Amino acid sequence: MFSVARTSFLALRRDRAAFVLSFVLPIAFFSIFAAIFGGQHDTTPRVHAIVVDEDQSQASRDLVRGLTREGSLVVATHPEPAGKNAPTPPDYTATTAEAAVKAGDAPVALIIPKGFGTNPVGFDPASKATPIELLNDQSDAIAPQVVMGMLQKVAFTSMPAVMAQEGMKYTERYLGEFTPQQRVQMQSALDDIKKLQSRDESAPTGSGQGSGFGAGVIAVDMRSVVGDNKKNSLISFYAAAIGVMFLLFTASGSAGALLDEAESGTLDRVLSSRVTMTRLLAGKLFYNTVLAFVQLVAMFLWGWAVFKLDFFSHLAGFTVMGIVTAFAVAAFGLFLASACHTRAQLGALSTLLILVMSAIGGSMFPRFLMPEAMQKAGLLTLNAWAIDGFTKVFWRNLPISALGPQVGVLLAAGIVLFLVARRVARRWEFA
Amino acid sequence: MTNSSAVTQSATARSGSTAIALRVVSLSKHYGQIVALEGVSLEVRAGECVGLLGPNGAGKSTLIRSIVGRVVPDSGSLEVFGHAAGSAGARMSLGWIPQEIALYPRITVRENLTCFGRYFSLPRAKLNESVAWCLKWAALEDRAGEISKNLSGGMKRRLNMAAGLVHRPRIVLMDEPTVGVDPQSRIRIFEMIESLRSEGSAIVYTTHYMEEAERLCDRIAIIDHGKIIAHGTNESLVRDAFGQRSQVTARFSGPAAAIAAWTQSRGGRLVDSTAEFTIEHSSQVGPLLESAATAGLVLEDVTIRQPNLESVFLHLTGRELRD
Repeated sequence: MFSVARTSFLALRRDRAAFVLSFVLPIAFFSIFAAIFGGQHDTTPRVHAIVVDEDQSQASRDLVRGLTREGSLVVATHPEPAGKNAPTPPDYTATTAEAAVKAGDAPVALIIPKGFGTNPVGFDPASKATPIELLNDQSDAIAPQVVMGMLQKVAFTSMPAVMAQEGMKYTERYLGEFTPQQRVQMQSALDDIKKLQSRDESAPTGSGQGSGFGAGVIAVDMRSVVGDNKKNSLISFYAAAIGVMFLLFTASGSAGALLDEAESGTLDRVLSSRVTMTRLLAGKLFYNTVLAFVQLVAMFLWGWAVFKLDFFSHLAGFTVMGIVTAFAVAAFGLFLASACHTRAQLGALSTLLILVMSAIGGSMFPRFLMPEAMQKAGLLTLNAWAIDGFTKVFWRNLPISALGPQVGVLLAAGIVLFLVARRVARRWEFA
Repeated sequence: MTNSSAVTQSATARSGSTAIALRVVSLSKHYGQIVALEGVSLEVRAGECVGLLGPNGAGKSTLIRSIVGRVVPDSGSLEVFGHAAGSAGARMSLGWIPQEIALYPRITVRENLTCFGRYFSLPRAKLNESVAWCLKWAALEDRAGEISKNLSGGMKRRLNMAAGLVHRPRIVLMDEPTVGVDPQSRIRIFEMIESLRSEGSAIVYTTHYMEEAERLCDRIAIIDHGKIIAHGTNESLVRDAFGQRSQVTARFSGPAAAIAAWTQSRGGRLVDSTAEFTIEHSSQVGPLLESAATAGLVLEDVTIRQPNLESVFLHLTGRELRD
């Protein structure tokens, strides 16, 4: 028994690929999941929200200021300047805010309408509080809930004067009108609260628990501006997310044929013909690109046939994203194959890299769930750019012209990976 | 390359069967401190079969790989029908049959041949014609649709050879093409090689089987430690190494030390308890055996034979293991 075990341990020690898969991969994965779901304070994801104040009343300004102070929110009242020295763009309007949500700049926009300051809060369902409009992107199910909760919290913490005033109204309604003397005293107290409020420039209040949709003191009308009319809204996301991950596996496996050919001597024979290494790699890149694209087509067609994915009305965008994604993953596969010396090495390295890339790139769970640092790290992966591109096409219904960043990054990544693969493949070229 | 040399090379390339198919001049290649090739020169004429013999690690593969452009030599020159090694002209003139089964295992016999033909940019009509010729030459016509990995060892060997000839090269480099095949397949491969020779192809044949070199090769070059240490026909190699001498091997019973001492005193050498001697004339055998008897050794077995290529090879390269 021990002899057999000893032999197995010896084999494991010699097989570095198996060794890596046995120990490094689980640790790497554990670390990624721990970072995402471990609840670390300094890396909790912050929700980006656009706020449009059409009212410009004291109450609305208080509300905006309160939201801005919330540590769990990143509030934008205007788009980011184009550069460091560029002038600040004009504030968002209801129209531009909706366009920004549709474009994926933020998952939520709050429109504080004119007249909000007249009836900012209400304590019962029949109240005439002016509702704030919340525009959301359904691809992020968490962001609107966080914003709703913060909105209700801020109503209490940043609008004490308004709350007190509303409280007086309710008291008069249910208990009878105040006497003039009581009114004077109440007004004096309100003035004091307002003074305190205006002096209060303290630090952000931190995140807290939301009170839920429609159940708070601030009335909210929520409207999905992206994904609302889709029966199976997340199908396209998962088709892209899972598709890209398996494309990476297929591409690296397929490119691994290069290693088989090197080992069997076929590569030597091919290179002794009129085929140069550049032509050989270009041929393999072309083949792997076509293979990956066909895989994507099959996956999305399956989504269309079984899950009612709206495939055919997005054919142009799909084709563009499909080709650049297939090209990038094919080049990635070639890069890995040329960097490895054996199939076993390739198997271990590709499994490790692809699973890590898929985890932080959004193939396993949406990137908006991740801490900000990890969301940024995700941009180093092909998965993130591909998923973003497909999301723009299928989710946001954006035109092909909006795919510039994704197409550019994936094409550039593919070209760079191919050039590196070509450089590394020189070791096979001549001895 | 100068204009005049280019003209000369073109003229050489156009010349007939007496053309120099392969010219290797002072080829050297080092891998760090290891000498793979040192000043190797060799010429092969069109229609000629030259055997390349040498122990493992002697430099044969480096020479072959240099000729096919897979190794860049440190110095020296290589020409294939007047074209510099590695050039398009040289690649089209050269066929390389590696020792490994260098095929695509998951596609059919015909598809393999077609793929390799395409790598030489053969036009469709010529490609089809060449594939048909290869299938016939390798006796694989009835297996054309078979997946390559399902072929027998001998068939894979023959397909491996055919894949190196699909572009119909004028000189073929064969690296131990009969390794691991049964006698029937070996005979078939010999017939294939002889048919190639009859068509005028030049062949460089690398092997460890001396009888193959004796049977197939017009000339033989023995290479060791990166140098060609002997070169000529089978007969001339034997003559140069042994003259008219014969080899005597004798096995004795008795104390090993006594056998060794006696063998050394008579100018022989002891190999696996067998004494070996080279004699000028058969009349020397009697006195040699008498001397053994005088030394107290009891003769068990004695053999007298004319030296052959294997004798030459072992004589020149020694009997020590190289691996």
